Amino acid sequence: MGLDFSVVPSYFGLLLQGMGLTIAITTGAGILSFFGGIVFAVAALYAPMIIRLPMRGFAFLFMGTPLLLQLFLIYFGLIQFGIDLPAFVAGVIGLGLHFAVYNSELIQASILAVDKGQYEGARTLGLSRSQTLRRIIIPQAVRAVIPPMGNNMIALLKDSALVSVIGVMELTLAAQQAISRTYRPFEFYLAVAFCYYIINLALEAGLRHVERRIKASR
Amino acid sequence: MDTDLILRVYPFFIEAAWVTIQLSILTTILGLTCGALGAAARMSRSWILRAIGATYVSIFRGTPALIQLFILYFGGPQIGIQLDAFEAGVIGLGVNIGAYMAETMRGAIESVDKGQREAARTLGMSRGQAMRKVILPQAMRLMIRPLGVNINALIKGTALVAAISVVELTYTAQRYIGSTYKPFEMFMLAGILYMIIIYVVGVVIAWLDRKARIT
Repeated sequence: MGLDFSVVPSYFGLLLQGMGLTIAITTGAGILSFFGGIVFAVAALYAPMIIRLPMRGFAFLFMGTPLLLQLFLIYFGLIQFGIDLPAFVAGVIGLGLHFAVYNSELIQASILAVDKGQYEGARTLGLSRSQTLRRIIIPQAVRAVIPPMGNNMIALLKDSALVSVIGVMELTLAAQQAISRTYRPFEFYLAVAFCYYIINLALEAGLRHVERRIKASR
Repeated sequence: MDTDLILRVYPFFIEAAWVTIQLSILTTILGLTCGALGAAARMSRSWILRAIGATYVSIFRGTPALIQLFILYFGGPQIGIQLDAFEAGVIGLGVNIGAYMAETMRGAIESVDKGQREAARTLGMSRGQAMRKVILPQAMRLMIRPLGVNINALIKGTALVAAISVVELTYTAQRYIGSTYKPFEMFMLAGILYMIIIYVVGVVIAWLDRKARIT
């Protein structure tokens, strides 16, 4: 069986739809992982022990097991407890929480690295503890880790392919559907790889732009 | 939580964990090999090799590992590559992580102080000698920890081969859910075994890193 790429264009619409959903999942999970990362980082550093300990267990669980397993656990496992999430929501939550934990590690280190004088200065000016954190420390800490968080975003885009296994019709599953009709796996997976590569390049260009702007504003 | 069930099925999970460990070891070996070749190509003096290295890294880091696996396993037969699922898993994951490892190794080599190379060259060493005797021994130490991060990602990445039905931990968990309808217990059991593997590997890498720093 040779290669025949002429079958791909007739499924262009399907792949384009899948691409839209891949971008939607990546965006949703990206936003969740960004704000989730900040919340987790603050909780891990400043919350009382009762919250901090389970959080550490949670982080350990998320960093020590495969993302695929976590997606299965959220999508299939929660049904046992009566929580039946739609696949798309489960995918966004799973990917979002997974990368929130990774982002949180970055932000924690960054918060601790913010100069102590900033904190003292803010408190001296009469800001409360939470104001200092919100307005002075976190903006600086987050800004410093935008480049590595960008790398996590890129990893997130590629890992969004995993939600195909819980039945979200994104790019990978769209390809599988086209393959089940045409029996041309090589052509379609290659086409899909190309689509991911393009999205990836666009995302990288966007992140470089953001990084440049951050540098310029310093 | 159904503990009876867990006690009944855990031997099968241990067996599956062994497959995950084998996958991880073979993938690490292949990944380090591809990584070393990729890094060498990227830092070569020949622009053709540099272009090949850069293309390899960019393509394999720019597309999902799952898609790469699918192309190899499902698409391979169309271009005359017949592999069983385990072989396809090792090759697919190994070549993929190799692209990340190539960048890790290149980063470590380039972060060795320039003066070291200049001094070695001034002492009359050839380019190859300077690399082998001066730069690499120092770079090796720097790359243990970041390569450890790659290996950690690789172990978790082996779960992907469940999608091409290699009977490893994740696949086993899925299979037992089919017969027991207890997804939570099964995934927790698999998760704990993954965490043990990752913890042990983490300890080994920290030990290697400490040892490399002392000498």
